[in-house]
Amino acid sequence: MQTRFRGYRRENGRVGVRNHVIILPVDDLSNAACEAVANNIKGTLAIPHPYGRLQFGADLDLHFRTLIGTGSNPNVAAVVVIGIEEQWTKKIVDAIAATGKPVTGFGIELHGDHDTIMRASKAAKEYLQGASEQHRVECDVKELWISCKCGESDTTSGCGSNPTVGDAFDKLYAAGATLVFGETTELTGGESIVAARCRNDEVRADFMRVFDRYQEVINRHKTSDLSDSQPTKGNIAGGLTTIEEKALGNIQKIGKKCMVDGVLDKAEVPTHPGLWFMDSSSAAAEMVTLCAASGYVVHFFPTGQGNVIGNPILPVIKICANPRTVRTMSEHVDVDTSGLLQREITMSEAGDKLLAMMFRTVNGRLTAAEALGHREFVLTRLYESA
Amino acid sequence: MIHCVLHDPSDSVAVVVVEGVKAGATLTGLILDENKTITLPCVQDIPLGHKVALKDMAVGDTVIKYGVDIGKVVQPIAKGQHAHVHNIKTKRW
Repeated sequence: MQTRFRGYRRENGRVGVRNHVIILPVDDLSNAACEAVANNIKGTLAIPHPYGRLQFGADLDLHFRTLIGTGSNPNVAAVVVIGIEEQWTKKIVDAIAATGKPVTGFGIELHGDHDTIMRASKAAKEYLQGASEQHRVECDVKELWISCKCGESDTTSGCGSNPTVGDAFDKLYAAGATLVFGETTELTGGESIVAARCRNDEVRADFMRVFDRYQEVINRHKTSDLSDSQPTKGNIAGGLTTIEEKALGNIQKIGKKCMVDGVLDKAEVPTHPGLWFMDSSSAAAEMVTLCAASGYVVHFFPTGQGNVIGNPILPVIKICANPRTVRTMSEHVDVDTSGLLQREITMSEAGDKLLAMMFRTVNGRLTAAEALGHREFVLTRLYESA
Repeated sequence: MIHCVLHDPSDSVAVVVVEGVKAGATLTGLILDENKTITLPCVQDIPLGHKVALKDMAVGDTVIKYGVDIGKVVQPIAKGQHAHVHNIKTKRW
C-alpha cells in the first residue's frame, strides 16, 4: 500500500484533505445570514441546519459538540460563526479557536441581518484569501482519520462492498491510521462478534453498555416490532430479510484483523490511533455528520441499492458491488467491486482498489458526492426541546 | 457464471448475484470463504440480491448465513425456493 499523500497540515498538527472556509450557523434563525455570506463570498460554504434553540442538557451538549467539531475538523481552513445572540456564538468560536484555526463569530441581535452579513462577509473574504494560500504538504497515511458507515444496504453489501471496506480497514489499521465505525442498532444480532473483537474487558464493557442502552430505547418506543424500520423498505427490496442478517453484513466493514480499541460518544474526538466504535444512529446523514464532527477527514460508504449521500466537509467515497446499481446509478459510485461476486477480483484486490481511490481522494480528487453537490448535514437530537 | 454466493459452507441460504434467475435453472453457487462452488436447482424466480434456500427447512428452524443465526423460519421452505420476509422473521424484538 502507498503510504504518502499530500494534505493540509493545520495549526494543531492534524491533517486535512480539503480546504473549506465554512459559514456556520449556531441556530436555525441564522441560516439566512450564513447563506447570504456564502453567496457574497464565492468559494465559502454555508452549512444550514434546523436546530439550536431551546435545547438543554445532554442534547444541547451534543449540539455544541457537533458544531464545534465540524468547525475544528482539519478539512476546514477557517470558520465564520453566526448566531442569533452572542453568548452561544462565542462558546462555539472559543472552542474552535482553541485548535489555532482562524475563526470569528457574529451575533445578529442589536445589528440585524444586513449589518451582520456585511461584517461577516468581510471576515469570510479574508479567510478565503488566506485559505487560498495554504498548500498541500507531504503527509503519512498514519495521520489519516477514516470513518465508515454503509447505507441503502442489500445482500451484496455483506458479500461485496462491506468486506471491501473491511479489507482496507485491516490494511489501514496495520499502518497506524485512526478509524471508526458505529450504527449501534444495526449491530443487533452481531453484537457478540463485535464484543469478541474488543481490545480488552474494559472496552467490551463500554461497548455492551452503549449497545444495551440502545436496545432499551427501542423497547421503550417500539410499536409492535422494528420490522418497518430495520431492515428498511429499501433493504428488504434489496433482499435483506432480518436485522440480524443486516447486522452481520454491516460488521464485515471492520475486517478480520483489526481490534476495537475504544468506544466514543456521539461526536467525541478519539484520543489515539486504532479502530473506534461510535455510539450512533444508523441513519446515514446523522452518522456521517457525527464522523466529521469527531474529526474524521475521509469516509468509506459502501452501498448496495444505491445511497446518494454526501457531507459538506467530509469526502464520502461510495463503494458498490451490486451490478445493477453500478449500471443504473453509476454517477454515484466511486469504486465498483461487483467483480468480487463473479470471482473476477479477490477481496484483497478489491480492498486495494478502494485504497487507491482513497489516496486519489485525499490528494484532491472530488468524490461523486462532492461533484454532484451532496452536502447532507444532519444534527442528531436526543430528545425534545424545552 | 456465478449465480449466487454463500459465506460459509454451513449456510442454509445463498444470495443471488445476477439478474434474471428463473425457476427451472441450475445455479452455480460460490462459497466465498473457501473459493469453492456448488450447484443447486432453482424452483422459483428469484430477484438479484434475494436469497435462495440451500435445503428444505421447517417452521421454527434457524436460518444460517455467514455461519450464524439470522432468524427463524415462519413458513415451510423447500430447497431452491425464494427465502425472504414471507417465510423468515427476526428472533429479536
